[in-house]
Amino acid sequence: MKDNNPSPNECSESSDQRIRAIDDSRINPNLTRRGFVATVGVLTGGAYLSKPLRGRGATLVEAGHETSTGAVSLNLKINGQPRSLAIDPRVTLLDLLREHLDLTGTKKGCDHGQCGACTVLANGRRINSCLSLAVVHDGDQIVTVEGLTNGNELHPVQAAFIEHDGFQCGYCTSGQICSAVALLAEQKRGDASVVTEDLSSTDPLELTNDEIRERMSGNICRCGAYPGIVAAVQDAHQKSGRTKA
Amino acid sequence: MNPFNFRRVSESDTAISAIGGPGYAKFLAGGTNLVDLMKNGVERPERLVDINRLPLAKIEALPDGGLRLGALARNSDTANHPLVRQHYPLLSRAILSGASPQLRNLATNGGNLLQRTRCWYFMDAGSPQCNKRAPGSGCGALEGLNRYHAIFGASEKCIATHPSDMCVALAALDAMIRVRGPKGERTIPIADFHRLPGDTPQTDTDLGKDELILSIDLPKSPFAAHSHYLKVRDRASYEFALVSVAAAMDIQDGRIHSARIVLGGVAHKPWRCEESEKMLIGNRVDAAFFEDAGEIAVRNAKPYQHNAFKVGLTRLAVTKALSIAGGLA
Repeated sequence: MKDNNPSPNECSESSDQRIRAIDDSRINPNLTRRGFVATVGVLTGGAYLSKPLRGRGATLVEAGHETSTGAVSLNLKINGQPRSLAIDPRVTLLDLLREHLDLTGTKKGCDHGQCGACTVLANGRRINSCLSLAVVHDGDQIVTVEGLTNGNELHPVQAAFIEHDGFQCGYCTSGQICSAVALLAEQKRGDASVVTEDLSSTDPLELTNDEIRERMSGNICRCGAYPGIVAAVQDAHQKSGRTKA
Repeated sequence: MNPFNFRRVSESDTAISAIGGPGYAKFLAGGTNLVDLMKNGVERPERLVDINRLPLAKIEALPDGGLRLGALARNSDTANHPLVRQHYPLLSRAILSGASPQLRNLATNGGNLLQRTRCWYFMDAGSPQCNKRAPGSGCGALEGLNRYHAIFGASEKCIATHPSDMCVALAALDAMIRVRGPKGERTIPIADFHRLPGDTPQTDTDLGKDELILSIDLPKSPFAAHSHYLKVRDRASYEFALVSVAAAMDIQDGRIHSARIVLGGVAHKPWRCEESEKMLIGNRVDAAFFEDAGEIAVRNAKPYQHNAFKVGLTRLAVTKALSIAGGLA
């Protein structure tokens, strides 16, 4: 931006206005490293962000308002916590979590739905948060890896990943874990996969390692920790069966 | 991503009136393809109409024994619906062959019909040639890297393939696409829904720009007992097809009463092999006929520099899919 002379319209908002337009709920009196990075990110992104927000950056859109050329209202629950936001409609759910709400457990890998690092649960279903605009999640319940623990107690799938070395560098792990949590629920519900031989039966089928591999195929691990991942999912599955019985 | 006006709607009529008017507008449903294309700068809509709240997510039995799949039913819910698994296992298997569980949880049936090609000359907004993305600029794939490209029905203007698995099964199941526009409803047979590229590869489908897909209607199917979706790809999962085959037969007393053979990954639309189907009708379930069906299916194939392997692969895939569907393999 240093060589540009932006038109008066394009950078007419103050940085405070722009941040408020993006997330009114963000109240953090202490400047953290992440907060600083996020703020600078918002500022340097100003040239891109300013167009739809032009002239109305600080105007929060009323909840229920249907149309907007600027910030759009968004009410959702993230890890059980209600959030009321007004946000640029271009922001993906992934960027909302990471850049605006400091929930950096969810990772950005490819940003194109090809790796699964950004997997979160929306209303209990696993989705790629990178390909989903945040504004379509109005009213949704989002659970990220940060929301899986029960206080200081790890989720059984998290514990299984540690026990079975289901990772090396760890970058894909939060996506793998969210994906595995949903996988176990899908299996209990009787969902099929493409390697399921008999599709006509809707009873819960045996979760073989081949089934786990196919059902986890939306999560790529560049370290190749797949044997540990499969073992962890299988172990969590076996243990959840025992708990149930 | 370019700036756009965003609007949520909750009724079909509002959606249709919202998509009309000045400027380039798109419906937004699951977004798995559209948002990706917007990130790449391939799609630059001025307005997005969020249709996720329209009441079009139901899957319901039709009085004539068929099944109505709501346009907004998610791919995962469609593939796992008990009526789909029981009466249309070909469709379940095709949907479950595509993408990943996460993507299928977002992707809708209507959106799957409208998927754009994954041809890299199309997907890369910086690539100078693509008649689909920039009409008149030429086809980068014609003399370029065309390993994934069409061997049937292509034109000098475009040799891209349609990426969907679901649509290949829908073509074998004689699906009807029910749409509504400002002038009312109409129903488009799946065979006429997607276009061949011809001179206007920028137009993928017969759908009007102000028309909304309401549902995919499946007629009662005689194929549930003998069908298979075979997908051949570079890795075992989470990958587009090099070649796929939807094979379905109605077998009575050991004879083939009717048959459907539809190919994916080889043309600009699901590619039906009617000559192979005709040859099978009246014949016994026999490996030799299935081999012939494969031979006939590729008779008019026209490969390019890097995809000649698809011809032999298609021939073998047709034979194998029929063998599995017919209970021989």
